[in-house]
Amino acid sequence: MKAIIAALALALCAGQAQAFCGFFVGKADADLFNDASKVVLVRDGNRTTINMLNDYKGPLKEFAMVVPVPVVLQKQDVKTPFRALFERIDAYSAPRLAEYYDHDPCVPADLAPTAAMSMLRDRAAAPVAKPRPESLGVKVEAQYTVGPYDIVILSASQSDGLETWLRQNGYRIPRGAAKVLGPYIKQNMKFFVARVNLEEHAKSGDQYLPPLQFSFATEKFMLPIRLGMINARGPQDLVLWVLTRNGRVESTNYRTLKLPANLNVPPYIKADKEHGFGAFYKSLFDEQAKRESLRAVFTEYFWDMSWCDPCAADPLSAQELKNLGADWVSGDTRQGARVMLTRLHVRYTPETFPEDLAFQETADRQNFQTRYVLQHPAKIEPESCAAAAPYLKSVLERKEKEAQTLASLTGWDIAAIRVKNGLGPNDAAFWQRVWRRLREGEQQISK
Amino acid sequence: MSLRLPRDARIWQIAFQAILLAVGVLVRDFSLAASQMALCFAAGLATQALWIRALGLRNVGYLSAVITCLGLSLLLRADSLWVHPLAAAIALSAKFTLRLRGKHLFNPAMLGVIVAVLMLPGAWISPGQWGSDLALAVWFLALGGFVASRAQRADTSWVFLAAYLVLIGLWYLWLGKSFASWMHHLQSGALLLFAFFMISDPMTTPDRRSARILHAVCVAAVAFAWQFLLYKPNGLVWALFFCVPLVPLLDAVLPGRRFRWREPAEPAATIARKDSWSTAR
Repeated sequence: MKAIIAALALALCAGQAQAFCGFFVGKADADLFNDASKVVLVRDGNRTTINMLNDYKGPLKEFAMVVPVPVVLQKQDVKTPFRALFERIDAYSAPRLAEYYDHDPCVPADLAPTAAMSMLRDRAAAPVAKPRPESLGVKVEAQYTVGPYDIVILSASQSDGLETWLRQNGYRIPRGAAKVLGPYIKQNMKFFVARVNLEEHAKSGDQYLPPLQFSFATEKFMLPIRLGMINARGPQDLVLWVLTRNGRVESTNYRTLKLPANLNVPPYIKADKEHGFGAFYKSLFDEQAKRESLRAVFTEYFWDMSWCDPCAADPLSAQELKNLGADWVSGDTRQGARVMLTRLHVRYTPETFPEDLAFQETADRQNFQTRYVLQHPAKIEPESCAAAAPYLKSVLERKEKEAQTLASLTGWDIAAIRVKNGLGPNDAAFWQRVWRRLREGEQQISK
Repeated sequence: MSLRLPRDARIWQIAFQAILLAVGVLVRDFSLAASQMALCFAAGLATQALWIRALGLRNVGYLSAVITCLGLSLLLRADSLWVHPLAAAIALSAKFTLRLRGKHLFNPAMLGVIVAVLMLPGAWISPGQWGSDLALAVWFLALGGFVASRAQRADTSWVFLAAYLVLIGLWYLWLGKSFASWMHHLQSGALLLFAFFMISDPMTTPDRRSARILHAVCVAAVAFAWQFLLYKPNGLVWALFFCVPLVPLLDAVLPGRRFRWREPAEPAATIARKDSWSTAR
């Protein structure tokens, strides 16, 4: 069986000269980054569709979500797509591990990552007195039920009134909400408020809540994140997939960086119990985010969605893309409309991200993926042939380099990495060894 | 013992822009390839040389072309190799051809960026590339370069910065946004670079001080409206572009003394073929 797969990989390699060839080795837990928010944002001209996935784990009757939106959304603007769409797009764009063998035809490997989404999700259990919206400057612009969600679209003229209205209606709004709601009200934005209709949810028989999707036209290419920070304890993660027609999406008001990628790391992380690929990628992200003082937006993936190389999962079908809100897709994406996917990962605090995330679609079409490479050395003895000794020496140097890369990416202890990678704990760099040897020679001469 | 500083302010500008570019590429992880920079400079300097030859100019050097190429490298991003050199060639050619009353109309780096973004595939501006955590260092460098250059157009930079930040401040005050979100704009490396090294270009700003102040306020207002009322990115460069017609207009209404990088050692008439070229940047 293995031989067949290897042959298949070889055939693929021959067909695509520059292409990646490798095997996927496994998948990292999708909940690697606990409490991460997951959003799929689709942008086509002014048309914007936001898909939000709730990883809410508390009692359903306490769940609520408040999102500022630029216009009053009607029932047809709101949908509940399949939760599986998020799993599909996550798997397709996941950071990946690729595996190669020295002197062997290359063989692919994989791995996947991460993440989850949240907004404002506190709602008091106890219903309170009937609200008088008008006196609070709050107007219920629309009200309807979509899937298991009861949705209210509110407009408000004062932030205190909105906060009071939400409280009176049983939403446990955190302190300081009015201050954050204020600027949205001043900009004449509406508020999309969703809560779970327990009857509808019971009828559906689903264990989890489906994602919420809403579409509208707006000049603003942004994602409101400030509201979700009100009751944040510590840094929050957001994984954001942006679907556009033309190019890579980046933030205009924060630095957007590509994560270090396409680096060789020690092969043991493929199967290590403690420091496997999941732990590796998590530590890598922790370390890089820390290095940027939680002030950067990281690009994890950017690709034309009609293909992938290597494929962590199959590209999304035209129907799946349409279900996410990419309305311009018709027929097969391979021939039809182009869909570019940018996967961004942000770790933020209220201090490091004082403003909502603003974006632009650039003209950049250079593919990027967070891919890490395992290179297995050939199993030979030093005496096997004349070339064996120099080869094994080069393998040792490579292992040292891999260990240093891994330590630098993750902040892990280099001595432990060296031991796991088949080196002594204190293996010095090449120049250090040369220096040591010179010193030893000198000492011998002086004796 | 006294230290002799270079007389031409452009030397200082080049030095500090080069430091900023080096910091950007080495520390800030700009997505800019060395080959893109090299091609940009090669094409920019070659274009300058061609035009100098073609027009038989004698009092025009290469310092300004270097500044334009530095500006393009700092601002423009592309996913191919040919965008930077083409933008440099267009920017510098426009300096010699699109002229009115002896002054070129467009700030060359600004024009190069606008033309590239509008017309060339795979070109864009990354306004967020500097981040906000290096703001102090950028302030220091920008100010250092600025003060050292003894630039004669300091008024433009300060008036622009003040007007732009006050406009954002008032807007945020009305919206009820936090002081931190206003500070976030103050820390923007892109804003500082624009204020100190682009809008301050003496050759493409009005000649008289009062006119310059008006021009700077207009650029600030347009940039503010573009970014905060129309929600479009890259307001600064676009605002400078939109305000280009204002410069000859203001020069006509409020004429002033034309700027020269160096006072000519000989009478102007003998060294320049046309008077206007002695001011070519």
